Amino acid sequence: MKIHEYQAKGILARFGVPVPRGEVVYTPEEADSAARKIGGSVVVKAQIHAGGRGKGGGVKVARDAQEAVEIAKKMLGMKLVTHQTGPEGRIVQRVLIEETLPIERELYLGIVLDRAQAKPVFMASAAGGVDIEEVAARSPEKILKEPVEPGTGLSPFQARNLAYGMAIPPASAPAAAAAMIALAKAYEAVDASLAEINPFILATDGRVIALDAKINLDDNALYRHKDLLELRDLNEEDPLEVDASRFGLNYIKLDGTVGCMVNGAGLAMATMDIIQYAGGSPANFLDVGGGASAEQIQNAFRILLSDRNVKAVLINIFGGILRCDTLATGVVAAARELKVQVPIVVRMEGTNVDEGRRILKDSGLNFTVAEGMRDAAEEVVGLAR
Amino acid sequence: MSILIDENTRVLVQGFTGREATFHSQQCLAYGTKIVGGVVPGKGGTTHLDLPVFDTVRAAAAATGANASVVFVPPAFAADAVMEAADAGLGVVVCITEGIPTLDMLKAWRYLQSRKTRLIGPNCPGVISPGKCKIGIMPGHIHKPGSVGVVSRSGTLTYEAVDQLTRLGIGQSTCIGIGGDPIIGTNFIDAIKLFNEDPATEAIVMIGEIGGAAEEEAAAFVKQNVKKPVVGFVAGQTAPPGRRMGHAGAIISGGSGKAEDKIRAMREAGIAVCMTPAEIGQKAKDVL
Repeated sequence: MKIHEYQAKGILARFGVPVPRGEVVYTPEEADSAARKIGGSVVVKAQIHAGGRGKGGGVKVARDAQEAVEIAKKMLGMKLVTHQTGPEGRIVQRVLIEETLPIERELYLGIVLDRAQAKPVFMASAAGGVDIEEVAARSPEKILKEPVEPGTGLSPFQARNLAYGMAIPPASAPAAAAAMIALAKAYEAVDASLAEINPFILATDGRVIALDAKINLDDNALYRHKDLLELRDLNEEDPLEVDASRFGLNYIKLDGTVGCMVNGAGLAMATMDIIQYAGGSPANFLDVGGGASAEQIQNAFRILLSDRNVKAVLINIFGGILRCDTLATGVVAAARELKVQVPIVVRMEGTNVDEGRRILKDSGLNFTVAEGMRDAAEEVVGLAR
Repeated sequence: MSILIDENTRVLVQGFTGREATFHSQQCLAYGTKIVGGVVPGKGGTTHLDLPVFDTVRAAAAATGANASVVFVPPAFAADAVMEAADAGLGVVVCITEGIPTLDMLKAWRYLQSRKTRLIGPNCPGVISPGKCKIGIMPGHIHKPGSVGVVSRSGTLTYEAVDQLTRLGIGQSTCIGIGGDPIIGTNFIDAIKLFNEDPATEAIVMIGEIGGAAEEEAAAFVKQNVKKPVVGFVAGQTAPPGRRMGHAGAIISGGSGKAEDKIRAMREAGIAVCMTPAEIGQKAKDVL
């Protein structure tokens, strides 16, 4: 689960990472009072779940509260497009008002999972404030790394290795090291899958502060963090994807014309791939799971057909143990109920496959029954043209 | 021959009395798997599917002589169940459970390092040595005993590949679903190493997907160590970056984990890469 910058800063502050004074607001009036409380110049930052906000006009400095209100007025409700949002952008619904700080240096701190080592890895770089992926690609030697032992956390000596490794002056190094240890503690305590501070600044007065923050949470661990569940912002998610998640369906909207309904994540990805290989483009990823009950199939149909771009649908179910006659009955019922107009190609394997095919053929509905995956893909791509 | 499991494998089912565990235990028993009992804390002393139920894996292993287990325990308790099986000294633990918190798995993974137990999964369909033993949720009837080893991060996509092989008359020595999570017990390299050393395995099919760098690491291993022909496929060539494609581990992030990089690494290692899942069977036939 993704959360907003201000929420991530709230978590980090709880663990002792220094963050700027600030407040999230939803209206220009609130922006006014927040800016007055802070006093002097402030930064107005659009809160959306995507990076690159500065370049897209989502981060602006105001001289005083009056200007902060003007900026907030423009920013709230505006469509913010960044390299991460896609051309459709996101509507800004909350902005963060923060104190401005005198920046001496911009550094990078981050924790991600190292799959091969099976432990989180703490990364730090003196080249902060820019896209860290570019730093990693161009000059990987500029990124320092320390493994984080699960249960032990980042040890003080490791934090010192990183702080002095980035040439943080001795007067500020202890505070920087403490912030790093706190970041690692927060990462483990909230079951994060990623935690990043970019930039982590060294101010001209020697303080170290998390100027920006990003935390992604491990969805599988949310059951033990009821308080963090409240941080979910449904406005940041595709409504169809939210709808699908309520029925245990894994749906991701794409921009093609061939809707797909598949059981299993790997097969669902492979189905998208073969559609493209056949010259078409997938409209979505949709994994109905191993069981694929009649109710799930009906909801899956409804969701994938509410995408107006869908010109044809491919159902690819490798049932194995799942009975194809049950599946076919479910598909027919759902297609009737929803008065499906677009052509549907069904490819299924599993127990009672012949009976399943007969049910589809005898239904009088617009089904094409395909044998293998390649036939199915070629068929559906032809129908979507 | 086969790897990991065979007709002598004696299996415990952890979380035995649950709905999924019950259904799949019946399927495994029907396939011929020697399930010798189950473990459900609080239900020790009862029987289920005419088999004894125990409170702890330790007691169950002592009473039944089990040397493997399959975990159907809910996600919040599954990592603990894996460690319990390892503590009892079982040689193979297959964890089917999907949705285990990563942090829990990191701890269990670490726990396993000092023990001889081999973990398969989690979030996987299991392992089958066709005609001998099936520990998992895969449909047994699509498999056929033979000489191709299959290792995959996916469930149904593996069934698809196996089905193609069987229809072409090509049997399998063992098929391993290593799981779709970022932290797993047995990885591609572990499985490929076992297949490489198994005299009955003549060719290897590896099915990867986006996310992480396990395919690239396995490709480097194959290049260095494997003389047997290897066929590969990577799912997710059309997957958008930054999105989790169903599996917790299937995500392109920070510019890494892309299908094209994996395919390139596999090609450079001499692996016969399929561009669509429909040609996996035929490619395997070609290399044999």
